[in-house]
Amino acid sequence: MSAMEPHLTTLSVLVENQPGVLARVAGLIARRGYNIESLAVGPTDDPGFSRMTLVVDQTQTHVEQIVKQLYKLINVIKIIELDPTDSIERELLLVRVACTAETRFQVLELAEIFEAKVADVGAESVALELSGPPSRLNDLLELVEQHGIKEVARTGRIGLERARKRAAI
Amino acid sequence: MSQRLTGAEALVRSLEQVGVEVVFGLPGGAILPVYDPLIDSSIRHILVRHEQGAGHMAQGYYWSTGKPGVAVVTSGPGATNILTPITDAFMDSVPMVVIAGQVSRAAIGSDAFQEAPTFNMTMPVTKHNYVVMDPAEIPQVVAEAFHLATTGRPGPVFIDLPKDVAASEMDWWWPEDPAANLAGYRPTTSGHPKQVKEAIRLLAESARPVIYAGGGILKARAAAELREFAEKTRVPVVTTLMARGALPDDHELCLGMPGMHGNYAAVTSLQRSDLLLALGSRFDDRVTGRVADFAPDAKVVHVDIDPAELSKVRHADVPIVGDCRIVIDSLVKEFDKSERRREERGDPPPDRDAWLVQIEVWRDKFPYRYVEGSDDKVVKPQYVIERLCAAAPDATVVGGVGQHQMFASQWWRFSRPYQWINSGGLGTMGFAIPAAVGAKAGDPDRVVWAIDGDGCFQMTLQELITASVERIPVKIAILNNGYLGMVRQWQELFYEERYSEVHLGTDIPDYVKLAEAMGCVGFRVDTVPDVDAVIAKAMEIDDQPVVIDFRIDPMEKVYPMVPAGTSNDGLLLGPAYGQVEDERELTALADSDGAAPMTHGGEDEPPPEHPEGHIELDKGGF
Repeated sequence: MSAMEPHLTTLSVLVENQPGVLARVAGLIARRGYNIESLAVGPTDDPGFSRMTLVVDQTQTHVEQIVKQLYKLINVIKIIELDPTDSIERELLLVRVACTAETRFQVLELAEIFEAKVADVGAESVALELSGPPSRLNDLLELVEQHGIKEVARTGRIGLERARKRAAI
Repeated sequence: MSQRLTGAEALVRSLEQVGVEVVFGLPGGAILPVYDPLIDSSIRHILVRHEQGAGHMAQGYYWSTGKPGVAVVTSGPGATNILTPITDAFMDSVPMVVIAGQVSRAAIGSDAFQEAPTFNMTMPVTKHNYVVMDPAEIPQVVAEAFHLATTGRPGPVFIDLPKDVAASEMDWWWPEDPAANLAGYRPTTSGHPKQVKEAIRLLAESARPVIYAGGGILKARAAAELREFAEKTRVPVVTTLMARGALPDDHELCLGMPGMHGNYAAVTSLQRSDLLLALGSRFDDRVTGRVADFAPDAKVVHVDIDPAELSKVRHADVPIVGDCRIVIDSLVKEFDKSERRREERGDPPPDRDAWLVQIEVWRDKFPYRYVEGSDDKVVKPQYVIERLCAAAPDATVVGGVGQHQMFASQWWRFSRPYQWINSGGLGTMGFAIPAAVGAKAGDPDRVVWAIDGDGCFQMTLQELITASVERIPVKIAILNNGYLGMVRQWQELFYEERYSEVHLGTDIPDYVKLAEAMGCVGFRVDTVPDVDAVIAKAMEIDDQPVVIDFRIDPMEKVYPMVPAGTSNDGLLLGPAYGQVEDERELTALADSDGAAPMTHGGEDEPPPEHPEGHIELDKGGF
C-alpha cells in the first residue's frame, strides 16, 4: 500500500535577513517535532530578505500547523506552499563516481544523456554536476550507482511559483 | 542637534518613554552600565535576591496592573536564572520584557567570564528576542519589544545587551511607530464576519451549549464582554485555571473550573455539551483529559488571537482568529440581530431548559466537598482557603504549584478578573512569593495573599527579604503538610503508596523564626479554632509581610480528580462522596461500574463510564 509513502510538499518561506533567523526556523521545526526532508537558504533580489525552501513530508507532519507556527516567528514575512503542478522546483547535485580508464567512458555517456556537466576528472573518479527536478537527480544517481558512488552533495530543493500563462483580464 | 547618550542612558530613557514605572532586577558585571543611569531615573528599581524572583515579580506586576512587567539582570547566570520565569510567561502568554547584560561584542563566543548564549537559549521560549549590536538601535528595539510583548498573543521578549554597546554613545532618537520595521507582524484582531455569523447560527441550533472561557479573556480584557454575552445568550460558562474570576464565581451562569481537578458540573457540562464556545482557551491536556474522549458530541467554535491554536488539539468547526474582546463584541451584536430575525419570524427561542436544569442538578448534587477533620487538631487545607476568602474576599490571590494551588482555585470564591494569579502552563513551583511581591508592588492598596505549599515556599522564600526591605507587605499562607503533596498524592494513588523522596517534614525549617529572620511577622496555626484568630491578626498588619504556617492534614488529597491520560467521564469524586481512596479499590469500583458519581443526578443522561472498564494510569504524564 502506498498510504505511508512520503508525500512531499514544498514551503517557500520569505524571511527578514536578520541574525539568527535560520536558528529560529530550524529551532522551531526541531522543538515542535516536525520532520523536514530538506532546508535550503539563499538571498533574494532584496538584501533585506532571504528565501528558505523547506520540503516536508505531509504523511509525517501537519503542514497547516507548520505554516501557522512559522508565521508566529516575527521575522517570517510570507509563506507559499508550492503546488508541484503549478511551480518549478530545482535542485543541484554534485556526485563523485568511481571509474577506471575503461569505465570512464560509460560514466561520461550517462552524463551526456542527462546533460550533466563534468565538474572534475581524476585518475579514479569523475565528479558530475546536475541541476534539475529532484526526481531527475535521483535517476542519475541510480544509474551511476553500479560504478560506485564515492561522495554526494545536494543542495536541497528550491522552488518558485510558475508565472501566469495569460495576463489577467 | 540631538543629544548624545550612552547606550545605557538610551535604554533607561526608552523604558521611561514606554511608560515603565517599576523594574525588578539584580545587577552584575555586564549590566553595570545600565545601573548607573537608573539612579537618576523616575523608574523604581526593586532589588531581588535571585533573578528568578525578578521574573515572577514582573509577571505578578502584569496581572495586578495590566502593564507589561520588566526585569533587568546581568549576563550568564543572571540570564539563565531568569529562564524559568521567561518560559512561564511564554506558556501563560504574559507580557514581559527582560533586559540582560551580555559580555562585550568582541568577547561574544569566546567563553568569556559570565558569558552564556542567552540569545540562543531564550529563542524558543520568547515571543521574540534581540541582541543589540549597535547603541543607535536601542530605542527601536525597546519600542518594538514592548509592542510585541503587549499586542497580539502577549508574551515575553528578551533583549541581550552587550556591555560595550551599553557603554558607547549614540544620538538619541525615538521611533514614531514601533511597528514600522515589523513587516512580518500583523496580528488579526477582529473576527471574520462570516465566521461570527456561522458561530451564532450554530448557537441557535444548539441544545447544550457551554462557554469554555480561557486565559485569553483576561489577556484581551474581555471580562465585561464575556459577561454580557453569557447573560444575553443564557449560556453557562466554565472558567479555566487561567480564567478564574473572568466571570465571578457567584454568577448564576458560572460553573467554575473544568479539568483534572475541576468540579463535576464544569467537567460534565463540557463532556455532554453539543457546542463548545471556546473563547481564549487552548484545549490544554489538564482541561481535556484524553482528547479523543473530550466533549465527544460537541461542535467547536474556537476564538483565539493566535491562529496556531485553532485546530491544534481539537478540530474547530468554526475557527475565528481575533482578539477576544472584539470578537465577543461582534458575537453579541450578531446574536442580537439573529434574535430580532427570530422574533420577526415568530419562532420560539431554543429550548434549553432541560440542559440548564440538568446542570443545576449536577451543581447541587456534586459541589466541591471534603471530609471534615475528626477533631480540632486536624486542619483541612480547604477550610483554610474558605476562611481566608471569608476574611479577605477581595484580596488578590497568588498560587504556587501543587495541591495548595488546586485547593485555592477550587475553594476561593473569585469575585473579579485578575484576582487570581498563578503558574498554569509551566507549573512553576516557587511562583507564589515573588509573583505576590510583584502584584503588590503594582497595586499597593490591595491585600495580596499568596497561598503556598511548604515545598514551593522553600524554593523562593528569599524574596520575602525583598518584600521586607522594599516595604511590600504581602501575606503568605503556607499550607504546610510536610510533603511535596501533589507528588505524594500520585504516589499514593498510582504507585501503591510507595513514597519516594516526597517527605519534607513540617518542622525544619521553623517557618515562624524564618519569617522573623527575614523581617516578616510569623505565625503558626495548629488547630481549627486558631485559623480565624490568626488570619484576623494577619489582616491587621499592613506594614510588614506576614507568614502563617498552617499545619494541615498531611494526607489530604485534591478531589475531584481525572487520572492523567484518561477520559473526563471517569472523574473521581473522592472520599467526601463515599469513594474509597485506595487505588486497588478504585479499580475494583470502576470495574463494577460504580465509580463516580455514587449517586446520580440526571434522569436521562448516561452514567459516567470508564473506558474499557478500568482506570488507565498514565504514570509518565504527571
